Amino acid sequence: METRAQTTNMGELYELRLYVAGKTLKSVTALSNLKKYCEEHLTEQYVIEVIDLLENPQLAEGDQIFAVPTLVKKVPEPVRKIIGDLSNEEKVLVGLNIRPKKA
Amino acid sequence: MSSTTSSPQNPNLSITSLPKTRTGIQGLDQITMGGLPTGRPTLICGGTGCGKTLFSLEFLIRGAQEFNEPGVFMAFEEKPQELAMNVASLGFDLQMLQHEKKIKIDYVHIDRSEIEETGEYDLEGLFIRLGYAIDTIGAKRVVLDTLENLFGSLTDEGILRAELRRLFTWLKDKGVTAIITGESGEKTLTRQGLEEYVSDCVILLDHRIINQISTRRLRIIKYRGTLHGTNEYPFLIDEEGISVLPVTSLQLNKPVSSETISTGVASLDDMFSGGGYYRGSSILVSGTAGTGKTSMSSSFVNKACKDGLKCLFFAFEESPQQIIRNMSSVGVNLQSHIDSGLLSFYASRPTLYGLEMHLVAIHKAIKKFKPQVVVLDPITNLITIGSVSEVKAMLVRLIDFLQEEQITVMFTALTLNTVVNEQTDEGVSSLVDVWLSIKDIEVNGERNKGLYVMKSRGMKHSNQVREFVIEDSGLNLLDVYLGPDGILTGSARESHRIEEETGQLLHTNAQDLKDRELERKRKVLESKIDSLRTEFESIEEELNKVYTEEKIKNDVIRQTREQITHLRRGTTAFGNEGSND
Repeated sequence: METRAQTTNMGELYELRLYVAGKTLKSVTALSNLKKYCEEHLTEQYVIEVIDLLENPQLAEGDQIFAVPTLVKKVPEPVRKIIGDLSNEEKVLVGLNIRPKKA
Repeated sequence: MSSTTSSPQNPNLSITSLPKTRTGIQGLDQITMGGLPTGRPTLICGGTGCGKTLFSLEFLIRGAQEFNEPGVFMAFEEKPQELAMNVASLGFDLQMLQHEKKIKIDYVHIDRSEIEETGEYDLEGLFIRLGYAIDTIGAKRVVLDTLENLFGSLTDEGILRAELRRLFTWLKDKGVTAIITGESGEKTLTRQGLEEYVSDCVILLDHRIINQISTRRLRIIKYRGTLHGTNEYPFLIDEEGISVLPVTSLQLNKPVSSETISTGVASLDDMFSGGGYYRGSSILVSGTAGTGKTSMSSSFVNKACKDGLKCLFFAFEESPQQIIRNMSSVGVNLQSHIDSGLLSFYASRPTLYGLEMHLVAIHKAIKKFKPQVVVLDPITNLITIGSVSEVKAMLVRLIDFLQEEQITVMFTALTLNTVVNEQTDEGVSSLVDVWLSIKDIEVNGERNKGLYVMKSRGMKHSNQVREFVIEDSGLNLLDVYLGPDGILTGSARESHRIEEETGQLLHTNAQDLKDRELERKRKVLESKIDSLRTEFESIEEELNKVYTEEKIKNDVIRQTREQITHLRRGTTAFGNEGSND
């Protein structure tokens, strides 16, 4: 586990926000997928904040959310967004800059 | 569905018909007979730069300002600041409206580079945002500009299409009157075929360039469940927003007036039995270059202003200042009427924009100023930007509009010497009520102007050709001399007049001479009579003398005889008497 963490950006904290709209199948899948990937690749290096837009619709505008579920990585830079239920691990990892493209 | 109650309705429509939401855009509500369908989405499509965004934004702003219907603008293309700047030039303060919570702009920014798609998703986020925006300000109107941008940003078209369908249903459920804009595709109305989702009302905007002049046009392709104008209507974007021109009210049921209005030239008034033109009629003044068409129309305007009528002068050739200066040389002071607010000029180059645009602009100016008299000087210049039939069609519509408003209109038209003057270039002669023709009469190395009334509907008019002169004090018409060689004008007329005067003088002289001769003859006669009478008297006297002598002689003879007789009887008496002898 530790070695894998070494391959990523040295101990930086990943601030992840997952925007969902209610407890739909897609959002549940997305959250579980995300948790799984983070455990595998970013042990103890991440914070996941789940925002339910049904409860807080005013937050959608700030992060330019138009699709759900959307995963937003604000830190570390650059800002990235991944939409969908995060079923493709490869794409998520590349998208979060955990693994460089064409790994 | 709350918005259905608040929309003003066309009174002509029955209760069961489709509720409509007025756009507040000039002219559009007439074409759509009340506005856009309330609580339903309307698609506005067109090419780049045809005014889709402005159109939809004006819909929102007018709604907020005039109908108290707040609106949400969801922008996929431009940022709120950019939008505000775009409409600021039209006199709309978007920032203020946002501040007053009458309009909310939600800018949806999708940066392709920072988005990754993995697996299933939907656009619920968009729905939530829109729903939130609608709920916060209680919006009745929604604009989505331009939804198709989503197609460029997201790869999964299947999801998108399904979501769009859901979006339109959702908008209907929300009961908001929505405008969705879409860029024109090659063969379809929109690139992504949005029209298949929006089935209630589709409006196509068009921006065409013909002969280097652009004309914006609008057409309602589809409006389910209601009547609507089906033509292409030109529209104008100017400092007051969009105005569409409804151009088809050719019903020929206009009110007419039998009041007359002075022509501005007293001697011309006399040529009409009614003492002028009918109010609300259309007058065409045609003539070759420099025949005084503008002067004629200025005099008309001058007189109308003096009578307290409001006049609007459309100048397509000269600038207002030029006209004012030039007309002051013939005793027409237009400036004073401008100062008193009765006269207004509207000058524009014909090539500034297309015919339709001119028509829209003229409409607008007329609606704004509300004149009773309108002059267009000259209409011939419009031909540079359109074909004869187009100009004619435009003028038909203009005349139609003006007559409906009971506005008297005067057109001036330039005729070329090369063409047969019986027909004007614009072919409007059949449309107008009164046609004055000013012709050059070229004789004796001079050009003079002859004016005549070619036609005057519903009024007797002089059939004379009159000489038209422009003097320092204004315009005047003179009787034309008809000499043995035809019409005499100008100096020929003058010389003829002098000649006639001389002849008269000579004639009088001769007459005098004859009179004197007669007098003399009479005198001679009288003297002769006198002498004869004297002669007669002397002869008479002579004869009288003889007669008297004879009488005396006879008396004496008789006395003598008596005495003799007496003597024969007695002597005394005789002797006494004889001694007396």
